[in-house]
Formats: sequence, C-alpha cells, structure tokens
Amino acid sequence: MTDIFSQLAYYFQYDIVRYALIVGVLIALCSSLLGVTLVLKRFSFIGDGLSHVAFGAMAVAGVTGLTNNMIIVMPVTVGCAVLLLATGRNTKIKGDAAVAMISVGALAFGYLIMNKFPTSGNVSGDVCTSLFGSYSILSLSTETVIICTVLSIIVVALFVIFYNKIFAVTFDESFARATGTRAGVYNLIIAVIIAVIIVLGMNFVGSLLISALIIFPALSAMRVFKSFRSVTVCSACLSVVCTALGIVISLLAKTPVGATIVAVDILAFGVFSLIGAIKGRG
Amino acid sequence: MAQLTCENLSLGYEGKSIVQNLSFTVNAGDYLCIVGENGSGKSTLMKTILGLLKPMEGSVTTGDGLAAREIGYLPQQTVVQRDFPASVREVVMSGFQGSCGLRPFYTRAEKRRAEENMEKMGITDLADRCYRELSGGQQQRALLARALCATKKMLLLDEPVAGLDPMVTSEMYALIKSLNREGITIIMISHDVDAALKFATHILHIGDEIFFGTRQKFTQTRMGMGFSTLRGLKK
Ligand SMILES: Nc1ncnc2c1ncn2[C@@H]1O[C@H](COP(=O)(O)OP(=O)(O)O)[C@@H](O)[C@H]1O
Ligand SMILES: [Mg+2]
Repeated sequence: MTDIFSQLAYYFQYDIVRYALIVGVLIALCSSLLGVTLVLKRFSFIGDGLSHVAFGAMAVAGVTGLTNNMIIVMPVTVGCAVLLLATGRNTKIKGDAAVAMISVGALAFGYLIMNKFPTSGNVSGDVCTSLFGSYSILSLSTETVIICTVLSIIVVALFVIFYNKIFAVTFDESFARATGTRAGVYNLIIAVIIAVIIVLGMNFVGSLLISALIIFPALSAMRVFKSFRSVTVCSACLSVVCTALGIVISLLAKTPVGATIVAVDILAFGVFSLIGAIKGRG
Repeated sequence: MAQLTCENLSLGYEGKSIVQNLSFTVNAGDYLCIVGENGSGKSTLMKTILGLLKPMEGSVTTGDGLAAREIGYLPQQTVVQRDFPASVREVVMSGFQGSCGLRPFYTRAEKRRAEENMEKMGITDLADRCYRELSGGQQQRALLARALCATKKMLLLDEPVAGLDPMVTSEMYALIKSLNREGITIIMISHDVDAALKFATHILHIGDEIFFGTRQKFTQTRMGMGFSTLRGLKK
C-alpha cells in the first residue's frame, strides 16, 4: 500500500502529470454534461458520427504538419455537427443515413491519408492513438493542455447559461417552439458544444472511446436519479471521479489511459444499475 | 378586435391540403371546441395556430393584446421517452422558457407562479416526483400547469382527456372550465361532442362540412341535431 502511494507521490511531483490530471478531469466534466441530452434526443448517433469525422480531420491535420491539430479538427467537426443537424431535420436522406455516410467516409478517408502520407514510421501506432487515445496522457503538449482547459471552462459556462433552455428543448421541442423558444438555435448550440467536447476528448481517450465518456456517466446517473438536475449533477460528479480514478490506475498499472477510464465508467454503470434495481424494489 | 383571427386558411402537409377555406375568430373569454372526425385535420389546425406549421394559404393573426408566443399549449400526446429524468417541477417551470428570451435563469416571481399553477392543478405534492412515473391524469395536470406558465390569456388543448378514465375525465373538464371562468380563453379539440355541447360557447366542426358558430347555432344545424338526437337516444 505504501508502495502505491510513494509511486503516486513520485509521479505527481511532475507538473506534466498534474496538468494531465486536471485536463482529464475537466474534459470528463464537460463530456458528462450533455450526456442526458445526447442519449434522449437521438443525438447519440450524431456524437458517434462526429467522432469519426474528427478522426478524418485529425489525419488531414497530421499531413499539413501544423503544430496543433485542433486548428483544423475543431472547425471541421463543428461544421459537420451543424451540417448533420440540418440534414437530420429536413431532407430525403434520413438523418441516420447521412450520419453513417459521413462517418464511415471520414474513417476511410482518414486511414487512407494516414497511410499515403505517413507522418512517422509507425502508421498503425498513429492510427491506434487517434482511435483509442494516447497510450499515456503524459504525451499531451503544454499548448494542448492550455487549449483544453480554456475550452472546457467555456463549455461548462455555456452549459450553465443554457441549462434551462437545453432542458426545455430536450424534454418537449414542439412545446418549446410553440411558446416562442428558438429551438433551432438551441439545437445548434447543443450540436456545437457536442462537437467541441468530442474534439477535446479525442486528444485524451481517442475518437472511438469518446462516446463512452459522454454516455456512460449519464446512463449510470439515470439508473438512480429521476430529475434532470440530479441526473446532471450526479453524472458530472461520477464522470470526474471515474476519470481521476482511471488516470491514477493507468499510471500505476501502466495501462492505456482511455480504455482504463472507460472500464472504470462501465464498472460504475454496473454499480449504479444495481443500486437502481434495489431502490426500485425497496 | 378578436384575440385570434383565422382567415381563409388552407391546411396541409407538403403541398397536399387537408382543410380549405377555414375562417373563424376567437374572442377573449371564449370557450371554443373543435370537433371532427379522426384525421380531419384538428391537430394540424392547432399546429398552424401555434406557428409550428405554415398555412398553405390564408393567415393566422393574434390581437387584443395577445402575442403569438403567449399561447399555452397542451399537446395531443407528449411522447416523452421512457427514461427521461424530469421532476414535475422542472416540467412545469419549463413553461416559462418562451418568455425568458435570453435570460438564463427563472426569476423568483416565475418560481412563485409555478407553485401557484401546480396548486391550482392539485399537484403540489407531486412537485418532486418523476414526471414519467405519474398516472396519465397526473401527467395531464402537470402539462396543464406548464401550459399555464406559458400563458395568462389563451390555452390550446389537443384532446386533453384522451386515454383518461371517466372520473379523471370529468375532473379534467371541470378544471378547464374553472380556468375559463378565470378569464382564460380556451380552444379545445375534442372527440367528445357531449362535452363540447356542455362546456363550449362556440363550436368549430371541420371535415366534409365546416361549421363555425355559437353552441346554440350548432345544435340547430343538421350535424348538431344529429348529435343531439344521438344523445337523446342514448339516454
Ligand atoms: N406530419 C405529417 N405529415 C404528413 N401528413 C400528416 C402529418 N401529420 C398528420 N398528417 C395527416 O393529416 C391529416 C390530419 O391529421 P390530424 O390533424 O392529426 O387529424 P386529427 O387531429 O383531426 O385527428 C391526416 O390524414 C394525417 O394522416
Ligand atoms: Mg389529433
């Protein structure tokens, strides 16, 4: 036991480890906030699609040799979010089909580019990193840390400001529209926030695992809590705790950080399901 | 000037019209019942009045101090997903969203009004319960309280008693009538012509034959007589 603590103390004397923990927790906080909306508003497929788009954009950004991928990845992903929302609403191609087309296309295109214009000798390693996140969070650059922190704070602020509107639009869009809420605008804001969260999370847990980070805390909280506010608060806390735990475990056990966090999230989901079942019967 | 004026409305979806040439007015304090066959376009009319749907022709205008977004609305069925976590209070409060504009939070006055409206609907003790765990009648009351938060002047109700048992139905009708007595204009879609004839001041029948007029006039028409004789036979 003391061994573990001394090992942790050893790690945490480095700034980079502490920063990684802070960034991880902030991203976890952001990603959990819109989980309920994503799950209940049929936006989850958009979330999934967007993460693949972000993968494609990441590949393109890699080729351009920019120091920071986000300059390209962020606008592309946000743009796609807006596009998907618009097509999902009123075209002949059904929303889900449009998402499938864009997301699979982006995956193929991204992989193609990564192979044709390799940025390092280890293409499959790069692909793996984009899909499943960095093996260790310690590879985050200082610049990324700063950008992630700023964006996370903006996302949380936006969520708080639009909390009541997000609830109204998620719960009953027609009513909201009929009584003068500009539902279209708020749907757009939700989609943009989701896109930003996905790009943030990509740096951290990779494009395939980010959906888990968004959805699991909300699903867990919904097992036990029944009001929108309590579910939101619970999923935010849960996500922060699971992520911090996952980061620590990945440091100690030398496991890939993204997968470890998701594993902890799944474990929490099991526990919450059990609590929910017991509460439901009692 | 009337609170609501519909002129030469043609309603429909994607270029296919369902109802043509519909004109009627609703004045403050009226209780208008919209009756008609299933699929005759009652809900479509409701959505058009609310601005959720554009009329194919004609116009819907509000007046007499009523703004278009000040209309409260009880949807035909709110398909709330099975898992949606929302307390009754949260649902009721969301009725204020339209009047919030860009303001992010609810004011104290709004919170007080929400409590009053829940009290009026007799759901104060359900305020912290989960909305989707309520009975059908309780859910309708919660949605009615929400609609009251969105308006002080006019309520649109789309088959508010569908799926409720007879006891709860008559309670619901009494509740709606009491709101009307307080001065709120009611526009209610109903299957139940009995109830329409009992409570409404005006009737709008849509379908093959369009009728708009007072309840008394309606009972004198062929349609109205048909319903009255049917009622007579049942008794
Ligand atoms: N979203 C829609 N798109 C196309 N047609 C619709 C839509 N909703 C309803 N309809 C059609 O419009 C007609 C009127 O429907 P509705 O207004 O719901 O009838 P009511 O409420 O009187 O039972 C029906 O024939 C229905 O099939
Ligand atoms: Mg209908």
